[in-house]
Amino acid sequence: MSNESVIINPEIIEKKISSLNSFQKGLTDFFEEVSALTHFTIHFFKEVFLPPYEWKEFLKQSFLIGYKSMPLVGITGFIMGLVLTIQARPTMSTFGAESWIPAMVAVSIVREIGPVITALIFAGKVGSGIGAELASMKVTEQIDAMEVSGTNPFNYIVVTRIAAATIMLPLLVIIGDAIGLCGSYLGVNIQGDVSFHLFFLQVFGKLDFSDVMPAVIKTFFFGFAVGLIGCYKGYNANKGTEGVGKAANAAVVFASLLVFIIDMIAVQLTSLFN
Amino acid sequence: MENIVVEIEHLKKYFGNNKVLEDISFKLEKGKNLVVLGKSGSGKSVLIKCLVGLIKPDAGKIILLGKNIADLDEKGMNELRKKIGFLFQSAALYDSMTVRENLEFPLRDNKELKKVERENLVKEALKNVGLEEVIDEMPSELSGGMRKRVGLARTIILKPEIILYDEPTTGLDPITSKEISQLILAIQKKFNTAAIIITHDIECARITANSLMIIKDGKSAIEGSFEEVSQSKDKWIHSFFE
Repeated sequence: MSNESVIINPEIIEKKISSLNSFQKGLTDFFEEVSALTHFTIHFFKEVFLPPYEWKEFLKQSFLIGYKSMPLVGITGFIMGLVLTIQARPTMSTFGAESWIPAMVAVSIVREIGPVITALIFAGKVGSGIGAELASMKVTEQIDAMEVSGTNPFNYIVVTRIAAATIMLPLLVIIGDAIGLCGSYLGVNIQGDVSFHLFFLQVFGKLDFSDVMPAVIKTFFFGFAVGLIGCYKGYNANKGTEGVGKAANAAVVFASLLVFIIDMIAVQLTSLFN
Repeated sequence: MENIVVEIEHLKKYFGNNKVLEDISFKLEKGKNLVVLGKSGSGKSVLIKCLVGLIKPDAGKIILLGKNIADLDEKGMNELRKKIGFLFQSAALYDSMTVRENLEFPLRDNKELKKVERENLVKEALKNVGLEEVIDEMPSELSGGMRKRVGLARTIILKPEIILYDEPTTGLDPITSKEISQLILAIQKKFNTAAIIITHDIECARITANSLMIIKDGKSAIEGSFEEVSQSKDKWIHSFFE
């Protein structure tokens, strides 16, 4: 056996310990965040069914979240339908399947692209808005002011916004899909001549109940996720103006990520039931 | 004593290893103003936030209007909060609401109030702070002094028995500060409210204080009338009045 001694560089050991510590901290932070979010969600479900019901604030938020997002969702939906149709044409022409374009675009939009794209836009506009608004309310002590005036701020601010986001997103997706199909109709007619009646006959001829329902159901979860993350990030923002920016940014990032995760689960479940 | 509206006994609050409030005790009578002075970070704001339940103390007893707040459930605490006004340092007006909606907000639980009565209460509260003309404006359109006044109007709209002021004159020019201090005094006289005023502004303390307390190291360093405290021979205490 050799008597060679192993030389251990203390710097390397220090670096390894340091990276191990930061990994451990990251893991702890992650589980703390998950735990806090779970508590926040449970708090929401406890409050949502208990009176007093803040109907006026809920309607106001539905207007701000839903109605005010319609132009953006509409324009995006229209462009989405138009571009998808134009991009699909060359490939479909190769197979001589141009007549299938309306049906293919409709299934794509209704089942997947419409809900996901609209939810991502919704996360960008509404999620960040809610995150920034609530964080700003926290920084300027407006949430505390509400509490000392004898109002439950969670019920008034959080429950109404999450409920409005949950209900408004499916409506926006339906509107976005409809406008997207109109965009597709225009796309088809740029290089062809298909009547409005024939186009929508082909669209609805290929759309099943099993295409529409799972897509609509998952949008409720998308809306809930966007509202929940926006409220959670804003309501728990750190004090200071920096906290407002961070809350808005984190709301968009986490809500978008959650939209994809929910979509993945929804697709798996839909395939399972189909 | 029947007249005691605030009674604090051995209040303690730590944030980690930071001992913010070590042992605070005092009593406040109905219709009297207590001014609390202290260095920044000495726990003055924490003290009044403990009173309304925004921060939970680690130890000690808080009795407001004869009720020990530790014994109250959420509903009971909310009922008690309606008898206590709180003016925040930043006024904390709701940005998304007009001045009218801000003032109507504390009245929303009173379903018996008719629209006309509500309107009259809002106008009366604004009249008390001399700002009737801004009723339909947004908080962002108001100056710092006006925001404080509107905040004060919102605080007094429920005619509270106790008002807590968190640095009411911070960030204001000397003239507006004096106006706010005089307004605090006028409200005390008109509504016979008791108040705890957290401030760094000695002029505000001089105008409004019936009694004065200085917090040092989480404890009450001295308590007495403005004259008594200002003539203290303790160098540290005297430095507040130089």
